[in-house]
Amino acid sequence: MDVLGRYRNLIVLVGVLFAQVLGLAVQVRRTTDSEPTRLIRIWAVGTVTPLEKVLVWVQTSTGSVWHNYFYLRGVRAENRNLKQQIERMSLEQVRMSQDADQARRLQALLAFKEQFISRTMAAQVIGSSGSELSRSVYIDKGESDGIKPDMAVITAEGIVGKVLRVYRATSQVLLIDDQTSGVGAILDKTRLQGILRGTPAGEVVLEKVMSDEAVPAGEMVLTSGGDGIFPKGLLVGRVTKVAPGNELFLNIRVRPAADLSKLEEVLVVTRIDERQAQPDQAGAARAVDILAERLPTVPSKPENAVKADTPGAVAPSNTSSDAKPKPVSPEASAGGGAPAARKTASSPSSSSGSASSGSASGTSLGTSAGTSSGNAATATTTPATKVSPKPVKAAETPKPQPAVEDSPH
Amino acid sequence: MAITYTSGEQVEVYRFSIPATILIPLTAVFLQAWLPLRFPFFTIFDLPLLVTIGFATARRSPLAGLLTGSVIGILQDALTHHPIGLYGISKTVVGFGASSLGIKLDVEHAGARFLLTIVFYAVHEVVYFMISRGLVGLRMAWTWPHELLSGVANAMLGVLVFMLLDRVKQRT
Repeated sequence: MDVLGRYRNLIVLVGVLFAQVLGLAVQVRRTTDSEPTRLIRIWAVGTVTPLEKVLVWVQTSTGSVWHNYFYLRGVRAENRNLKQQIERMSLEQVRMSQDADQARRLQALLAFKEQFISRTMAAQVIGSSGSELSRSVYIDKGESDGIKPDMAVITAEGIVGKVLRVYRATSQVLLIDDQTSGVGAILDKTRLQGILRGTPAGEVVLEKVMSDEAVPAGEMVLTSGGDGIFPKGLLVGRVTKVAPGNELFLNIRVRPAADLSKLEEVLVVTRIDERQAQPDQAGAARAVDILAERLPTVPSKPENAVKADTPGAVAPSNTSSDAKPKPVSPEASAGGGAPAARKTASSPSSSSGSASSGSASGTSLGTSAGTSSGNAATATTTPATKVSPKPVKAAETPKPQPAVEDSPH
Repeated sequence: MAITYTSGEQVEVYRFSIPATILIPLTAVFLQAWLPLRFPFFTIFDLPLLVTIGFATARRSPLAGLLTGSVIGILQDALTHHPIGLYGISKTVVGFGASSLGIKLDVEHAGARFLLTIVFYAVHEVVYFMISRGLVGLRMAWTWPHELLSGVANAMLGVLVFMLLDRVKQRT
């Protein structure tokens, strides 16, 4: 009894340590996805995160009042610059949408299935784990907001991580630079696939790329979609360093595109749809159309005059000898079931597409003139019809127009 | 440097009020989770560890020290995604060690506290490293410069934290 009293502290120490080691062993053994969240975590998170939410709210509100009502220096100049940037980007977007549309048509031909992010939820980062070895953050959305484990978390810059644990009003997000995370990734140009992992030091490396492959520094890394969490094609980051690694694989270091140390707001991908690629018919605005709207319009001539001036101008259904076949959407070739995008009559380089025949006539302004004659059907075109530079040539047109190409820059 | 051996009769034993006993560790865990978001460099600090050492050396009771360390560590574990117990075991050992040492040594001086914090920071890291590698199977990287820098940084912050704790501790 005296011995017990003498070594009481040591006995308690051993007992407490033993209990914790035992608890650790049980947890390590039971680590599965279906494991329920432990009560102690719920208590701890429930104690700490409300305070964090209040602090973040106060900070955001104060910053918002300051930036929105007081500190407005340079806003006018910034607004002007942004407007110019929007102008440039809208033209760029139109040009790229054509490329995307073409890609969709080709994917549809291949019965290729794509994943689309169809719904996201914005969330505020309110806290972290507070440990260098556990790279995770807490967000202010939880089970009551429809968040579920394994949902992808992204920002506008790139991917951030995945939802690990979900509580009632908060969630824990495992960042991609944590050593226990893994993301299926693919290199943009070389199309080499690997697994993106974090290191204990907080770096991000791309593993499982064979050492005989050439990977240039600076190459973009995208998600491959192979992990079942992130949809394919999201930006991960850029390769910063390539070195020979252990065994047969390269050691590729990647700098994440999203700044993981300064996260404030993130998007949780709450729904991903998988569907077969469909050519985008309705929203296919073309660069030439937009430019045509902006350029001074050419007064339309009477139909007779156009016909007289342009012997080459033919009726829309006409397939003249110099008309070249152009790529057509599967829907168009299948019988013209696709809704057609209406064109402006002043479009200088519009090429009419006969949906039923599946070929383009190759006429340009002549078709527009025909349109003005009231043949509305001929004034429409499927987005599948590519713009051919040839009809734009002034020799076939009643009045020379500025040669407008798809890419205005 | 005032690290002097003192007999059991010479050392002063302090206690903390119940609100301080609850709120100070909670605040430390909260700040440890919140500050790194605003100041990423703050991850090198371990505020809960400093509070554990501060409480243990002031109370000078190994039992209270190990229990305080255990509770603070488990609370810290609960916010990570690792199994609960990694910080718990490390801080239990530190709490026990710091309070045991607090009985033997006079740790009221800033220099003594600085050295004590460095020593127990190292103990904490070694225990954590061993458990996480040996029991949990985590990949851990031990880099001496980083650990040394963290130890010194924590010791400097520790001196300030202990000064704050001095204000709330009560002589028994």
